[in-house]
Amino acid sequence: MGVGIKVDHLNAWFGKVQALHDISMEIAANHATAIIGPSGCGKSTFVRCLNRMHETVPDARASGKVRIGDLDIYNGTAAVTVRRRIGMVFQKPNPFPTMSIYDNVAAGLKLNGFHDRKRLNEIVERSLKLSALWDEVKDTLRKKSGASLSGGQQQRLCIARALAVEPEVLLMDEPCSALDPISTGKIEELIFELKENFTIVIVTHNMQQASRVAEFTGFFLLGKLIEFDRTEKIFTTPSDKRTEDYITGRFG
Amino acid sequence: MPNSSESAAIRVSLWRRGMNHLVTMAAAAAVLLVLLPLGAIFAYLVYKGVGALNWSFLTQTPKPVGEPGGGMANAIAGSALILLIASAMGVPIGIGAGVYLAEYGRNRMGDLIRFTADVLNGVPSIVVGIVAYGVVVLAQGHFSALAGGFALGMMMIPTITRATEEMLLLVPQAIREAAYGLGIARWRTTLSITLRTATSGVITGVMLAFARVAGETAPLLFTAFGNQYWNWKINQPTAALSLQIFTYAISPFDEWHRQAWAGALILILLIVIAVSALRIAASRGMLKGTS
Repeated sequence: MGVGIKVDHLNAWFGKVQALHDISMEIAANHATAIIGPSGCGKSTFVRCLNRMHETVPDARASGKVRIGDLDIYNGTAAVTVRRRIGMVFQKPNPFPTMSIYDNVAAGLKLNGFHDRKRLNEIVERSLKLSALWDEVKDTLRKKSGASLSGGQQQRLCIARALAVEPEVLLMDEPCSALDPISTGKIEELIFELKENFTIVIVTHNMQQASRVAEFTGFFLLGKLIEFDRTEKIFTTPSDKRTEDYITGRFG
Repeated sequence: MPNSSESAAIRVSLWRRGMNHLVTMAAAAAVLLVLLPLGAIFAYLVYKGVGALNWSFLTQTPKPVGEPGGGMANAIAGSALILLIASAMGVPIGIGAGVYLAEYGRNRMGDLIRFTADVLNGVPSIVVGIVAYGVVVLAQGHFSALAGGFALGMMMIPTITRATEEMLLLVPQAIREAAYGLGIARWRTTLSITLRTATSGVITGVMLAFARVAGETAPLLFTAFGNQYWNWKINQPTAALSLQIFTYAISPFDEWHRQAWAGALILILLIVIAVSALRIAASRGMLKGTS
């Protein structure tokens, strides 16, 4: 089951440059929440703070409080523990190039010391079914490398890989920006199904996509959260002038 | 005037095609120039060496001057022993240092190691031999295979270090991020993801280092020293192909000269075999490790 996320006065820096200013928001469990805003507004930085990926960049740091379910992720929790509970899908598909499809999906479990072969088989199959890739790859699981798939398939493989470690939250950082419309459609359908079991946060440049997949939308501008509300409210009657300007295409 | 512009177009396309051929041929000529010395050396070695090559050359130890026959079996074995010691020392240290430089070395310490490796790469091999003499031979009180392996291992380290670093830096950051995102610890990511992705490049670096030191003579002169008899002990003076070739080549005896040629041919063949075997093993995935 998914869990809710509570963000309290989150600030983030790259060296001396502040990328996020005092963000507070509550993300609902088992729903999809979209993060929109122009390039460089801190969308990616924000989701990378939710699983402590932000701090893997040299000189980057964050302050504030983030609770994922009952887990206070910046307070006494190891980053690897946090990341096992929060899956992430990146902008460009990044399967492990030297591994087979099977090993790609199993990597998160195997490399954390889980080697029960029977359970692994089940988890790999279930994850690939969840990401709607199973039928396309079931005959070549161990023969083909993850890098031999098409871009859209690779992205679904990356989703399966993230789901295999059984996270409660799935962060998606522009998961469709490198894909064609057909693959994008498949991933969006997937998001609909995944919502039943996971909490989803999706960064997107595409406002139609936000309105299609997400119940809630947050609009970021220059590192600040300008407005956060139900998606239809944001797209029909935004309460902030800047949100309206952005979604009507007046800038950004 | 369509006609004149057409002929101008034809002239341009002829010029382009001619130029295209010219450049292609220049590139092909450059390839030939690279391959020619290698081919020439190998052909000459076969021409000079194959006559002295026979079964006893590969199975017997050297005979005293004037007695016909005898071989370099002990030198082949000695070379293998010394190179084994060198690899046991050079490969882990070299790869380890390369991993440090690529993954953790963006600081003063990293710069220092990088600089040291580059300088070490340029140190004349005879100087490396002197160091091994001072560190191992003087400490032990006698020449040994260990001292020879130490000298060659030291020469392997900088090549492997820099090659490993460069190959790891070619692995996209996105691959590391994918692993971090799965909650895989950093050291595990480095070993099982990054290094594994770069395996074939790292192996190329190891092969280069191996092939380079396999033919080295100078660092062995006063470390392994040479030996007329069989030796399998790492604490004893040991024959090596390169040393045997050197000794025989500067001798005044025709029979020894012929054997030196044969030894050189064997040395080159063995290096080719060792490097190819490693390549094949790597491509079959035998060295990829278990994940």
